[in-house]
Parts: sequence; C-alpha cells; structure tokens
Amino acid sequence: MDANGRLLDVRGLTKRFGGFVALNNVSMHLNPRERLGLIGPNGSGKTTMINCISGALFNEEGSVVFRGEEITGLPAFKRAELGISRSFQIPRPFRTMSILENMLVPMEYAAWGRVDHATHEDRAMEILALVGFQDRAQENSGNLTQVDLRKLELARALAAQPDVLVSDESMAGLSSSEIDEVLEILFKLNERGVAVIMIEHIMRAVMRYCERIYVLDAGQLIAEGTPEEIQGNPDVERAYLGE
Amino acid sequence: MMKISGFWIGIVLMLAAGFVLAGVADNQFLFFAGYVILQGLIMAVAWNVLGGFTGYVNFGSAGFFAIGAYTAIALHQFAELPLLVLIVIAGIVCGLIGLGTGYLTLRLRGVYFAIATLAMAIVFESLITNWDYVGGSAGAYVITPAEVPFFDSFIEMMFILMLVLSLICVAVSRYLSMSRMGRGLASIRDDETAAECMGVPTLRLKLISTTVMGVMMGVAGAPFPFFVTYINPLSAFDLLIAVNAIAMPMIGGTAVWFGPVIGALLLGTIQQIVTVTISSELNILIVGVVLIAFVALAPRGIVGLFQDFARKRREGGK
Repeated sequence: MDANGRLLDVRGLTKRFGGFVALNNVSMHLNPRERLGLIGPNGSGKTTMINCISGALFNEEGSVVFRGEEITGLPAFKRAELGISRSFQIPRPFRTMSILENMLVPMEYAAWGRVDHATHEDRAMEILALVGFQDRAQENSGNLTQVDLRKLELARALAAQPDVLVSDESMAGLSSSEIDEVLEILFKLNERGVAVIMIEHIMRAVMRYCERIYVLDAGQLIAEGTPEEIQGNPDVERAYLGE
Repeated sequence: MMKISGFWIGIVLMLAAGFVLAGVADNQFLFFAGYVILQGLIMAVAWNVLGGFTGYVNFGSAGFFAIGAYTAIALHQFAELPLLVLIVIAGIVCGLIGLGTGYLTLRLRGVYFAIATLAMAIVFESLITNWDYVGGSAGAYVITPAEVPFFDSFIEMMFILMLVLSLICVAVSRYLSMSRMGRGLASIRDDETAAECMGVPTLRLKLISTTVMGVMMGVAGAPFPFFVTYINPLSAFDLLIAVNAIAMPMIGGTAVWFGPVIGALLLGTIQQIVTVTISSELNILIVGVVLIAFVALAPRGIVGLFQDFARKRREGGK
C-alpha cells in the first residue's frame, strides 16, 4: 500500500495505438479489498486499461503504482508475481492439462515465492472447491463448457494468490442463473481479502457487486462514484444511449 | 522416489548393455547401425524439447546438426583437438545459435517461426558451401585412427560415445519435462499469453528451451564427420535429418519425454532394417508414409494411443 492507503494507483495513463488514443490521461485507484467496477461502451478503453495494469501492454505516459511500488515498465509475469492477477474475456485454459494442473501453473510461478510449496495441491483443491470443481480436478480442461471455463479462469487467477484480481467480462454470454453463480464466486473471493476490478457489460451484476465504479468513454474517464451515483449520472446515460 | 531410481537403473542398464554388446559382438555393422539410430534419437529428443514441450516447431534441425558437424571439422582443421573437446565446443556454438533462435520467438510464433528456422538452415548451408576452409562444396575428409585405446575398433568407440551422449540427453529432457520448468514450458505451448499472466517468465523459458535444443543437436552433429570420414554440405544438411527429427517424436508422442525415445528407436531400427534388406531409397519413403499416417490418425503418437487404450479399459471396467 502507498502513503494514501491505496493498493493500486494509476496516474495520468495514456495509451496510443499508432495515431489512435485508446486511453487519454486516465487516473484511477483501487483500495485494499475493494470491489471496483470499470464500465463503458464498447471501445471505450476498458480492456486496454487492464492490459496496461496487468502488463500485457505498456503505456506511453503516466504510471502504474502497486503497493507504493512503480510497476510501469515491468513485464506481465513480474506483475503476476507481485500479486496482480487477471482472467481473460475469452477463456484461455491450458488445454492439454487437467483442471488441477491448470491451477498449479500460477501456484508454481506467480505464487512461488509467497506460498509454501508443499501446500500447493491443498490450496489448489481449496480454491477448486470454491468454484465447485472439487470432484473434477482430474478432468481435462479442454472439454469444459463455457460457464465451467469461466469458473476455471477465475479459479486459476485466484491460484496466483493475488491481492488484485482483474475480472475481464467473466459473465458475458452466460445465462441469468450462471451469472449468479459467477457473482457468488466473485463475492467469495473478495471475502478472502482479494480486491476485485470488474469489467462488465451486465449492469445488474456490476451494480450489485461493486462498491465504486469508474466509467470510461472513448478513452476518457467521464464519471466515478457509487452504483447509485453512476445510475443517476446524465453523462453516463449520454455515453451509453447517445444524445 | 521409486520412479526416480527406476529411471536411473534403466540408464545404467542401457549403458551396461552397450558395453556388453561392444564386448561380445563381432559384427561391426551393429555398431554402425546403432550409431545412426542413437544419432537420430538425440536429434528427436532435442527437437522435442522445443517442439513437443514448448510448442515451437523447428524445421531447421539439419542446420543445427550441420553446424555441429562443421564446427568439429573447422576445429579439427585448425588443431587436432580430442573428439570430446570438439563435441563440447560444437554444443556451445549450436547452443548460442539456439539462443538466437529463441529471440526470434519474440516476434515469430506458430508457422512463421517454423518458416524462419527452415530459412535459417538454408542460410547456414550456403555459408558453409562457400567456406573453403572446411572444404566448401567439395567437402572435407577426416582420417580416423586405426586403433583406439580401450575399444576393439573406432566404430565401437563411436557407438559407446553416442550411447553415453544419448543417455545424457534423455536424462536432461526428462528433467526438463518433469520439473517445475516442464509445467512452465507446457503452459507456453498451450497459451503463451495466459502463461505470462500466470507468472511464467515465458521469454526466459523459451530461451532455455531453444538453447538446450541447439546444444543437443550440435552434440549430435559434432562426431558425424568422424563417423562417416567424409562430409559435404549435402550430407550434413540432409533433409532426412530434419524430417527424422520431426517424425520420430511425432510417431512416439511429443507430450512426454519418452515419446521421442520410443519413436526414434522404432523408426530408426525399421530404417536400418529396410536399408539393409530392401533399399536405402525405400527407407526414406517409409518415413514419409509413417509420418503422414501418424499425423492423420494418431496425432498424439504411440504414447497417445496407449493412453487412449488405457483410458478406454478403465472406463469400460467401471
């Protein structure tokens, strides 16, 4: 944590793709154990933002500070080691591995320096129980259904023993009851002390889950506030629905 | 613990069997054939470290092999160093080239990486062809000693040498696949982006993988000129070397360390038998046909077939 008590602090971040400005001087922060929402219309820069946070992309200007430490130039695997974990919008399981082996990758790499190696399997099984996979650890991850893939994606991100979990549209395309299942998992892992940044288009989920929300539009931050404040904000309404 | 000791007992037994064969057998062809099979085995194991474990297909195996062979030739021309020294230096040279190949993976993945390795082998071939010091396109001769200490013949010594080198390579490959690094390599093969985000230092592991592959291929190539006594670019950069290095792991199974070993022993032995009993041309045809058959019908190789069979039996038994 830095002097302000912030877990993650993004300061004046700008990201360009050629001449296109994907993010323009965006600042946001995340408090420890917070449930933060990041919303905005398609193409507003949400995924770019989390790519810059997780290290998949590097920002041209501004800085990313994690627990008071400047991490702007660090490669993604270093940030994972520090405790920033993410799930992918389109699940990316290690297809030739079993569910348990998928969990062991982050355990043996991202969390290697932070967790007693003898407890890897127990910890993995505990997290799998959290998402309801306790009896399916040996199943091949290549044959999972869409909702199960989303759960594995979250479980694997959690296996990295993060302080921050970035959940990139974990619920897109799921049915209403499946959304509730995934939300339940996200609540549970937040109870374990993990701060969550949720990127989502499903407003019902965002409003129910998040304590605070940032709204991006065309690479600009246009609003910040509690779910109630965001729902009543005319700028947000305009961004989503037009004039 | 049981498994580990079992593996090392196997290694010792293989070595002992080699020495017994060297002591008993009179037929020199056995050592000749054995050498060729083991050379293929090292190439297959080396290819699989990158191709099977890490998921980067290398079409340029013959390039690494030939650089190993020509490093030995160049050093032999320069000063008649002992063969073991030549092998070590050839391993280092090819390891460095492997390291360079590793940096290619920063920009090239999948089929583009494969094409780059193929092109690299062709570049090396034209360089060697135009390098007079090592004989250029005319090739180079190596005079081998008529008598060697401890062994009945030079070829017998070469066979034992190759056996020791193969066992070392197999042990290294097994260590890579079964250690924590093995899971890291497999995660790169399955999804490099996800691996990086799970804390896997993908570039470092890829560099280790390509370097190990290079070292092994260089080591396989270095004794080759002494084995055949005459070498030219055509024979050192032989397409069959590259094809075998791919075919053997594919036939055996690429996901586990013993896949390429099974493939190499099987395909290598068949090739030797066919070469002797029918013709050496047919032996090339056989590699092609068997490779196509496995890629189309059993993409996970013989190991995969056995795993499927075992799973079916287990499920059937329930």
